[in-house]
Amino acid sequence: MPRQSRKSPVQHIYRAFAAAPAFIATSISAAFSFLIEGLVSIVDVIFSFIQRVIGIGGMPYVFVLPNLLIFGIFILFPMLLNFVYAFTGGTEFFPGQRPWVGTNNFEVLLTCGNFLDPNTCREDLFWRAVYNTTGYVIAQVSLMVVLSLITALILNRKIKARGFFRSVFFYPVLLSPIVVALIWKWILQENGVVNGVIVGLGYDKLPFLVNAGWARFWVVMISVWASMGFYTLILLAGLQSIPPELYEAAQIDGANPLQSFRNVTLPLLMPTMFVVLVLSLIRAVQVFDVVFAFTGGGPGTATLYLVQYIFSKGFSSPTKQYGLAASASLLMAGALIVLTLVQLLLQREEEV
Amino acid sequence: MSQVLEFLTRRRGGKRMDFTDIISYVYLILGVIVMFGPIVWLVLSSFKTSAEIVKFPPRLLPWRQDTVVIEGYDEPLPLYEVTLEDGSTAVLAQVRRIGLEAQLIDPNDPDGEVIRVNIEDRTPIESVSFGLENYVESMQRFDFMVYLRNSVVVTVAATLLTLLVNSMAAFALSKYRFKGRMAIFLIMISTLMVPLSVVLVPVFLVINQVGWNNNLLGVIVPGAATPTGMFLLRQYMLTIPDDLLDSARIDGASEWRIYTQIILPLARPALAVLTIFSVMWRWNDFLWPLIVLSRSELFTLQVGLNSFQGELNVQWHYILAMTVVTLLPISVIFAFLQRNITTGIATTGMK
Repeated sequence: MPRQSRKSPVQHIYRAFAAAPAFIATSISAAFSFLIEGLVSIVDVIFSFIQRVIGIGGMPYVFVLPNLLIFGIFILFPMLLNFVYAFTGGTEFFPGQRPWVGTNNFEVLLTCGNFLDPNTCREDLFWRAVYNTTGYVIAQVSLMVVLSLITALILNRKIKARGFFRSVFFYPVLLSPIVVALIWKWILQENGVVNGVIVGLGYDKLPFLVNAGWARFWVVMISVWASMGFYTLILLAGLQSIPPELYEAAQIDGANPLQSFRNVTLPLLMPTMFVVLVLSLIRAVQVFDVVFAFTGGGPGTATLYLVQYIFSKGFSSPTKQYGLAASASLLMAGALIVLTLVQLLLQREEEV
Repeated sequence: MSQVLEFLTRRRGGKRMDFTDIISYVYLILGVIVMFGPIVWLVLSSFKTSAEIVKFPPRLLPWRQDTVVIEGYDEPLPLYEVTLEDGSTAVLAQVRRIGLEAQLIDPNDPDGEVIRVNIEDRTPIESVSFGLENYVESMQRFDFMVYLRNSVVVTVAATLLTLLVNSMAAFALSKYRFKGRMAIFLIMISTLMVPLSVVLVPVFLVINQVGWNNNLLGVIVPGAATPTGMFLLRQYMLTIPDDLLDSARIDGASEWRIYTQIILPLARPALAVLTIFSVMWRWNDFLWPLIVLSRSELFTLQVGLNSFQGELNVQWHYILAMTVVTLLPISVIFAFLQRNITTGIATTGMK
């Protein structure tokens, strides 16, 4: 029997499908290459002219210009403008019409009878958001880092179908936050499949989306579910860059697996861990879309986080308090910068 | 039995699977269930009828009641297995139900007498079927094609713009020494830490002044100059040897020619990674389009889906169908490109 016929029909079908996009891609790119070739030549004429006028020394400015324009208009300028909003009051949208109020917005945000009790604060919603976010960040980042590390360590072993498992863990990362929220809302709703299993086991239904504690718990779980694959990939790449000779050397020196993990893997993985920590912290502080679609901040204010507070102050509440939104976002940016600097310092210390 | 176990756990090199291997596989299989189970459940649920979907406890597969079309009745009649008075069972079609009494007829003999039984004595006949009516009906309420078109326009245009603008800037910042180079680079890197969500209000003002609110341009352009992408490309381009550029210059190539014919082809791996990121960012972006777009004919899929779930709070059969449709394109792309995507992201470590 010839060898090829041993291939299963599934493989044939898969191959046919896998070939299709390549075929489409090549025909599209063939069609476009004409177009692009023409475009490049036209732009070349323009750029050659510019180059003749300003000389080679001026060309880098031409190349950075488009990026700088977009960056300046839509990122840098708004960042500066944010300060104007933060120090002006009223509900007017245009900065020119807004009265200067000095640090009043910050005073409103930061006035508290007792900082541990949001009820005594002038802007209690802000403080609820601060505490909710803090709790969320601690729980989410620590759980996610631990789970991604375990997953990466396991995927780094000699296992079969590693590519498949890696893809499965990564797949939820691609899903949009809204899709993630809807999937889990469907699973956790009162008559959902989780409650179905619980009732099947003989217990009572649990109020997953109605109870504050449960809602917070599931918000953490869902965001870990949706993003741990990404950090697993980064950690896996870090693990694979550790030279295998080091493990052999440790083994020869009589180290048991636990010791070689502590003395070889962990120290060499620290730079990657640092990247993971910085990225996941920054993203956890900014949590918004999943929660917005999943609980909408509720029940009550149980899952109201900082970005949603800013969003609701500036965009969705009937009286738009842009000043409060802007100063809250400045405080958040400050917290982010401090967090990153602290991590940088800690890492530096570790290296010394 | 032990031989089977021995066969299954046999490994290359003659070593048997040990305890830690078994734990690893158990963990991975649990992982597959946790990671993939919700998606499978979503897809299965999206085929359920509106009656089946509110059933508790839910069933795994989309069951639906069999029906039969009988002349003289406008609607197909549902089929039941009925226990008759003499103890025998028959398959009958239900004509109507009044209180506790059901009136049924024999589908083979539609003009025969109407049989009246207690509703307790009949059980619906069901079979698993993957009907598309949730998809068809929700498509009529949910402007899927409009949202899809907007999402595709935004994703494609934004990705092309991102690639062009950032590769040009990265080229300048990596291959030339010019005044202000460090300043530009540092300012951009320092904004890496400050996310868009922090400057929502002023960016919205700028968009308004430019006249781009309720315009897809307002979604496409602002995020195009991403410091992340610029940094990624610059780091890659630094590894391209300068000699190549110098010899091209001696041959009389213009700077633009050098950019398009030397730098871009050589930076292809980094451009591919940025393409993947950009598609992912733009396709899944929610907060930004939500703020810029308020007219529903401009909504992207994510914004459309969110407002759809707000309108139809309890009509899960429609919401689920549209959720599946929304996650389909990116899943198909992932199925074909998963190796490139996972290795690409692993090697650059950014998102």
